[in-house]
Amino acid sequence: MTAAVRQQLVALGSGLLFAVGLGIAGMTNPHKVLNFLDVFGDWDPSLALVMLAAILVYAPVYQSQKRQGAPKLADRFHWPTSRDVDVKLVAGAVLFGVGWGLSGFCPGPGIVAATLGTAPVLVFVGAMILGMLLYQKVTRARGGPSSNQSAARDG
Amino acid sequence: MVTEFTPLAALIGGALIGLASALMLAFNGRIAGISGIVGGLLQRSDDRTWRGMFLIGMLLGGVVLQALVPGMMLGAATSSLPLLAVAGLLVGFGTRMGGGCTSGHGVCGISRLSTRSLIATATFMVSAGLTVWILRHVVGGLS
Repeated sequence: MTAAVRQQLVALGSGLLFAVGLGIAGMTNPHKVLNFLDVFGDWDPSLALVMLAAILVYAPVYQSQKRQGAPKLADRFHWPTSRDVDVKLVAGAVLFGVGWGLSGFCPGPGIVAATLGTAPVLVFVGAMILGMLLYQKVTRARGGPSSNQSAARDG
Repeated sequence: MVTEFTPLAALIGGALIGLASALMLAFNGRIAGISGIVGGLLQRSDDRTWRGMFLIGMLLGGVVLQALVPGMMLGAATSSLPLLAVAGLLVGFGTRMGGGCTSGHGVCGISRLSTRSLIATATFMVSAGLTVWILRHVVGGLS
């Protein structure tokens, strides 16, 4: 099996594992997410532990990998390149937060839940894809940095 | 709808999310940010294959979850369809503008102690929290 094929299998397996992790963590239940965000209501702190556990697993791997020259199956690491804390970063995060708070869905759980095929989640995911395309159109019309670069920025 | 605090499930699920992201980094050298992966699929680029494979993996994961745990509130409705459409637009536009979401900034970025990701995560947490506070405690329309 070539490295290229193995890379695709790793991507497939990671996506599957990621989705199962979201489900076990309860993050595909938007009510649970909204209750995490509702600090002054019936607060459910579960999401904080989901992030904590994910970071505790990921951070040591990152520390060991950043000293390596290359990942196991590819020629280089695609590290995020942008360092600027700018209006785009903060305004984007504000808009995302409002959408997240309105629905209880962020991109990952939305996509996983879309397999259920019910109207609420399909409307959400369809609109999310439209929103992404709209942002691409806006940046392209302005002749700003190619959206290709921004794709690699943080993830 | 009240949900219980589920610390063990949260820790196990979170660890799996961290593991999945770590595999993408160690083997493929990629950041497992969902908005970035999907956004990259929507434009012309030479690396759409792995993005597509990751997405297919996620959808397979959704099918597996439904088979294993039927009543898990996958994709439950939280508000009206028009409001969900507005929410989706904001999440799609905002995550691309801000360069990441809960996974790319919240997990991978914070693990790298990236200033951008720390600021983005703090910002979307506060803005999401304020949105829920307004909806539930000021307007009171959502329960």
